[in-house]
Amino acid sequence: MEEVYINSIGSISAQKTFDNNDFLEEITTYEDNILPVIDPNYKEYIPPAAARRMAKGIKMGVVASKIALEEAGLANVDAIITGTGMGCVRDSEKFVTAILDNNEQFLTPTSFIQSTHNTVAGQIALGIGCKGYNFTYVHSSVSFESALIDAIMQLQLREAENILVGGVDESGEHTNAIHKLIQYIKPEKINTNKLLQSKTGGTVFGEGANFFVLSNIKQDSSYAQVIDVKTFNTMAKSDLVSNLEAYLKGNNLSVADIDVLISGNNGDIDYDSYYADLTNGPFKNTQQVVYKHLSGEFNTASAFGFWLGAKILKSQHIPKAIALNAIKTKGLRIVLLYNQYRGKNHSFTLLRQC
Amino acid sequence: MSKGVAITGMGIISAIGNNVAENYSSLLEGRTGISHISKIDTIHKGSIMVGEIEYTNEELQAQLGLDSNNNYSRTALLGAIAAKEAVADAGIANIRAYRTGLISSTSVGGMDMTEKFYYDYLESEDNRRYIEGHHAGDSTEKIAEQLGIDQSLVTTISTACSSAANAIMFGARLIKTGKLDRVIVGGADCLSKFTINGFNTLMILSDTYNTPFDENRKGLNLGEAAAYLVLESEFLIKKEKKKVLGYVVGYGNANDAYHQTASSENGDGATLSMEKALAVAGLEPKDIDYINAHGTATGNNDLSEGRALIRVFGQEVPEFSSTKAYTGHTLAAAGAIEAVYAILSLQNNIIYPNLNFKTPMKEFSLIPQTSLKEKALNTVLSNSLGFGGNCSTLIFSK
Repeated sequence: MEEVYINSIGSISAQKTFDNNDFLEEITTYEDNILPVIDPNYKEYIPPAAARRMAKGIKMGVVASKIALEEAGLANVDAIITGTGMGCVRDSEKFVTAILDNNEQFLTPTSFIQSTHNTVAGQIALGIGCKGYNFTYVHSSVSFESALIDAIMQLQLREAENILVGGVDESGEHTNAIHKLIQYIKPEKINTNKLLQSKTGGTVFGEGANFFVLSNIKQDSSYAQVIDVKTFNTMAKSDLVSNLEAYLKGNNLSVADIDVLISGNNGDIDYDSYYADLTNGPFKNTQQVVYKHLSGEFNTASAFGFWLGAKILKSQHIPKAIALNAIKTKGLRIVLLYNQYRGKNHSFTLLRQC
Repeated sequence: MSKGVAITGMGIISAIGNNVAENYSSLLEGRTGISHISKIDTIHKGSIMVGEIEYTNEELQAQLGLDSNNNYSRTALLGAIAAKEAVADAGIANIRAYRTGLISSTSVGGMDMTEKFYYDYLESEDNRRYIEGHHAGDSTEKIAEQLGIDQSLVTTISTACSSAANAIMFGARLIKTGKLDRVIVGGADCLSKFTINGFNTLMILSDTYNTPFDENRKGLNLGEAAAYLVLESEFLIKKEKKKVLGYVVGYGNANDAYHQTASSENGDGATLSMEKALAVAGLEPKDIDYINAHGTATGNNDLSEGRALIRVFGQEVPEFSSTKAYTGHTLAAAGAIEAVYAILSLQNNIIYPNLNFKTPMKEFSLIPQTSLKEKALNTVLSNSLGFGGNCSTLIFSK
């Protein structure tokens, strides 16, 4: 079986991450419960007329993928696989609103078309003329990981050489409003520096696009090797440690081999206890990294965690803003990511320095 | 021919029947499920024609034994009914006995509830339990719960009208690579004002019964449905001495990369996906005995798909038909619905008629099979083509 490498990255997030030469040198702090992205100059990548027509999710996805393709030195890929929890949700909202407000009359198709979940993957294919495999996974907090699993299988079996994989979600006004009502979003605005210690229910929502070229051919620019990804639809808290140990063992690793644990804490007191079971348990002497205070929570936020893992392994550096503890290990070789949302759709991802 | 991945169970609910047996008898009797909208509260009631499932949500909830406080969308209800039939058909007593996953697919998800309570959520607490079902994976989570699948690989694919074909493809690959021992694959989509109005604005809805591959076709009828297959590894089949209904031997996905909603004139994507599927199956075009075409009866699809058929099969296109005139276009579920129909074809050596066909298209000489036909069938090819240029082909064998 072939090894799988992350050959390039492209990230648009609530931090200034679209420039691959930076690594969280400047941190933007928010006093809010909804985090927007810091936009690159989209016009540098897309003709202005086309950009105006594009939904935010399409724009972010197309540009993040262009950044990744450019860094990998590729004009095209063998396959495009995306994950998105909600697709272009603003267009879904727009179309529902139009149906309800005008009693199903005077409708135009644009927002209906863009609301289709595979719009971003379709638009990327259209943009680069990629006639290859094109899939979109839409399963809450494992949307991106499902895309990864698919890509890894193809690369390991040499069914493809270069695959563009990404996670993208845009934030929608109505979706945010109703998630505030059920307190999945914290009712109060919060300083994002204090999010992870907030001791209240709910989290802050964000948006973003994180794209990667995965390949079975290593380049000088490669960031890391992807060892394995595994997802679980459900998991009792009491099974977490044993499941994780079994997962590591299945990859011929143990807790002691992990140099960095990147966990998906989002400041929700009701569910962050999953992460605490690892950070206070078997990984208490491991360097720990967190990120959702920088990105916000969204269905494909874990793709930002994956971006971080890639950056950490290539730069051999952990920026202060993401360090959860003071432990510093020399030689960052193996990174483990763990994520879940509201106790469901858990994922383990292992990356190795290459 | 490659060995393929074994299918050991199937389940379905559509406008032409609430289970596999009812669907099959409707197919044999040429009974369409298309009628004027009667169950959805829309201004198009009585004018636009669709394929509706007869059960109400309350009846489906009762069948599943759900209490009145549940938050199942109609997509989840339909999906759970069909998936349970598939698991029972496969004779699975203990779903946790082996590594069992679920790959479902949907395009509309819980939109039926979202559009119903969109403003109500803001005013009243009564229906806020449905907000949790807002994301596209919700129906899949509920089906997994109904089947008792836990701590496993459960995910959802949404690639518009090719979704379920892609779920079957991904599931087959998970079995082939040994990631799972057993996987339930398929898709579910209910009707909603969102999709009815969406397709209406695209002006591709027929105002009468859809007529696939007919020169005078006027567009598609939407339908609602869910269907699932159980795929099992060779090891499990041997160990449990399972009865095999058929095999997934070939699969291919490609992108047309032509237009966001329209298919390319020459069917590039569909040609590629059929070629890929044939290559995976280790088959030549001449080895295909019957094609269940996507055949939505839109001007664009049938021309593009027809040209792709000619590109792949030349002058020797085998018998083909579209079953959309029976069920309507069931969007994300279509690939799974037609997979069940393909297996039934293989089991019974039957080719279904392409209903409502009268006049051949002027662009080519393709004529679909218009009457029920008995023929020894070893392989059936099934196409699913969707928005975003998404083209998928599955090949099934005895």
